[in-house]
Amino acid sequence: MTNQTFDLVVIGGGPGGYVAAIRASQLGMKTAVVEKAELGGICLNWGCLPTKALLRSADVLRLVKNADDFGIRVAAPQVNIDKVVQRSRDVSAKLQRGVAGLLKKNKVTVFQGVAQLLGQSQLSVQTATGEHKLTAKHIILATGARARAIPNMQVDGQHFWSYREALVPKSIPKRMLVIGAGAIGIEFACFYQSMGAQVSVVELSDRILPQEDIEISNTVAKSLKQDGIHIYTGCKVAEHQVKNGEVQLRIEGAQAKSLSADVVLLAVGISANTENLGLEKTKIALDRGHIVTDEFCRTAEANVYAIGDVAGPPWLAHKASHEGVLCVEKIMGLTVHPLQANKVPACTYSHPQVASVGYSEAKAKALGKKIRVGKFPFVANGKALAMNSSEGFVKVIFDDASGELLGAHMVGDEVTEMINGFAIAQELETTEQELMQTILPHPTMSEAMHEAVLAAYERALHQ
Amino acid sequence: MSKILHMPEVLANTTHATINKWLIQEGDSIVVGQCIAEVETDKAVVEMVAEEEGLVSKLIAQEGEEVEVGAPIAQLNGDGQIDLPAAATAVAEAAPAQTVAPAVTTATTEQMQRIFASPLAKRLAKQNQLNLAALSGSGPHGRIVKRDIEQALSQVASTVAAPIETAAVAATAPVAVDVATDYEDIPLSNMRKTIARRLTESKSTVPHFYLNVECHVDALLALRQQINTVAAEKISVNDMIIKAVALASVQVPAMNACWAETAIRQYRHVDISVAVATEKGLLTPVVKRAETKSLSAIHREVAELAELARAGKLTPDQYQGGSFSISNLGMFGVSDFNAIINPPQAGILAVGAIKKKPIVVNDALEVGAVLRCSLSADHRVVDGAVAAAWLAALQQLLEDPLKLLI
Repeated sequence: MTNQTFDLVVIGGGPGGYVAAIRASQLGMKTAVVEKAELGGICLNWGCLPTKALLRSADVLRLVKNADDFGIRVAAPQVNIDKVVQRSRDVSAKLQRGVAGLLKKNKVTVFQGVAQLLGQSQLSVQTATGEHKLTAKHIILATGARARAIPNMQVDGQHFWSYREALVPKSIPKRMLVIGAGAIGIEFACFYQSMGAQVSVVELSDRILPQEDIEISNTVAKSLKQDGIHIYTGCKVAEHQVKNGEVQLRIEGAQAKSLSADVVLLAVGISANTENLGLEKTKIALDRGHIVTDEFCRTAEANVYAIGDVAGPPWLAHKASHEGVLCVEKIMGLTVHPLQANKVPACTYSHPQVASVGYSEAKAKALGKKIRVGKFPFVANGKALAMNSSEGFVKVIFDDASGELLGAHMVGDEVTEMINGFAIAQELETTEQELMQTILPHPTMSEAMHEAVLAAYERALHQ
Repeated sequence: MSKILHMPEVLANTTHATINKWLIQEGDSIVVGQCIAEVETDKAVVEMVAEEEGLVSKLIAQEGEEVEVGAPIAQLNGDGQIDLPAAATAVAEAAPAQTVAPAVTTATTEQMQRIFASPLAKRLAKQNQLNLAALSGSGPHGRIVKRDIEQALSQVASTVAAPIETAAVAATAPVAVDVATDYEDIPLSNMRKTIARRLTESKSTVPHFYLNVECHVDALLALRQQINTVAAEKISVNDMIIKAVALASVQVPAMNACWAETAIRQYRHVDISVAVATEKGLLTPVVKRAETKSLSAIHREVAELAELARAGKLTPDQYQGGSFSISNLGMFGVSDFNAIINPPQAGILAVGAIKKKPIVVNDALEVGAVLRCSLSADHRVVDGAVAAAWLAALQQLLEDPLKLLI
């Protein structure tokens, strides 16, 4: 058993925790990270990034299948699922090594083990080599979250999968049923449908991607249906049983139907990892399973902070990283401002992709704002036509009185790489004037962003 | 036709300035508004902006050379041959014009006063008639952003005057006595909390210093009487003091400024916050651009604003953004007092009652009307000499009040 003292100990090495640790080290704090599984957390190892690698394979397959549209004749493509999965794992492994390298470079001590708060700045860390006692002036909880369980549906790796099993399939199931149509459910639905499965999606809300603007949800739903995905919104699974090597389910709600599937993927949100942390030895409070924090990530216990998924929605890696930096800078007495939830962009890597920042049209109206809405379809954009990417549109929402950009919503190819323009515009507090005066390069799909702004003021040039 | 450019009056109260660096060369064509040189005074380095266009035929002043305000520094559209005595004559004529011609100084002031604000903040400020110059920004490098505007709008804060240390005198003392205790706790109103917070902050963070002056105001009282024989509404002494403060601030603009953390922000107009006592506490409605208004216009505006203040109906644009404050306790018989500065302003004038006193005139004792004023100034913004110059200007205006009518 060893005793060590740190300025900051971060529990959890995901995109919240490791970023917080690097920033703390930059600011001169003696810092440690405790990680019980893999550095980089779910994001790098079992979430954001390995799914992007899988979806890239799906993109390549789609492009090859459509090669004839571009005047290229190729033989019918074949999927080598082992290689698809291996590539995804290799990407994660490389990223994980990258995080380890970054922490080392920044002189952050890494404990591979499980941490528990003992109260009064004390921590116990159980590693393979034994127990370590740590004293920390500040402690950041960045333990993340895990897939939420559905009662009576045990993940068994055979008929019932979580995202983990879905990331490393040995084969593509013939029929897959996805429960939950948030970003995770929809991304897997797109991947498996592209790879040849017959995918159905069951969602309790009245639409898929319920966090997005309704026009975006509707456009994606239409596209998924065209690709052959069955969508059951406003429905829930009432009964299920495994029989004759398949899962038989009955859904009820907006539609009542009996379905069967080889695999059921559970994607109904997440639960915060608050267990076995020793929280009971502190004043830390929970609200609906999440650690309660103030605007600067402080918990009710002095010098203990919580960031990322464990501290509540939106459950996004970039939100966790931002909170990590904000939290550490506040500890160090730098001037920081609280995170504004409506400035956190969100991306879904479905086909077509979805990207948004700020308020949806409905939300802006619900806030009592008088708004101006502008839309521009990619079918009227030259580059999109050249790329065979004419599906989708850009939608912007302005406050009528002030010209503030309240929200931007996009659906279409590569829009996840375009939303940053609007995120920067929001952060810099541009009005419609500056966005109209900005010269966007031709020919690009981003010209549709400019046109959507013009359209909000009845000035679109190509519509 | 050739023209001579002269050293502009870069800042008030400077007689000399140095060309730090020419930003143009002989042979260059210059246009109006172009920065042509960096000029340094003992107070600041500013950029000199061309008022005329033309071809630079000669740079007369050398880099690093200190020259008098009004002296020739460059020739435009000439042959490069300078007849210095002739130029000097030109100076003699041009210099006074240069001193009053505001073009150059305005341009340079503008350079100094650039305000960093987001486009959205600028628009919101305009829509809500907020003075951006009076706000401090919370964005990167002090940039004013939306939240600063929202905060300014939500803060009753700015409604609150820099009330006076003696203000408690006017407050109603609690009379009710609790049976169980010998005191009663009166809950704090939001306005009282704001007064407490802002004034504590001002008194503990702003380095105050105080200058006092005694003004002989018989002429002022006589003039007032004369005006009121013809005025539709009777002008008060306070109205005349507001006007005098405005004109003194025009004469000594350095006093009409505020501490903006990374700069001293000098205002182009004199917007005077006038302390008004209301039942709930002190408010400071603002008489905007007081230097441009007649005594009767000031009188009407003060009367309207005071009424709105007492009715609690002031809108934010009516109480925000003053550049200087006046607090007058003369009506309560207070002979003199010191006031707390209303941040971010750099000064507040505390005005006492006019009293008959023995005064010395031509070595003889006479009875005269005496008004005592005290200026509280922020030492970060102005030094004693500047504050004294301002107070002297005020005294002169009050003792020779015909200037208030011009």
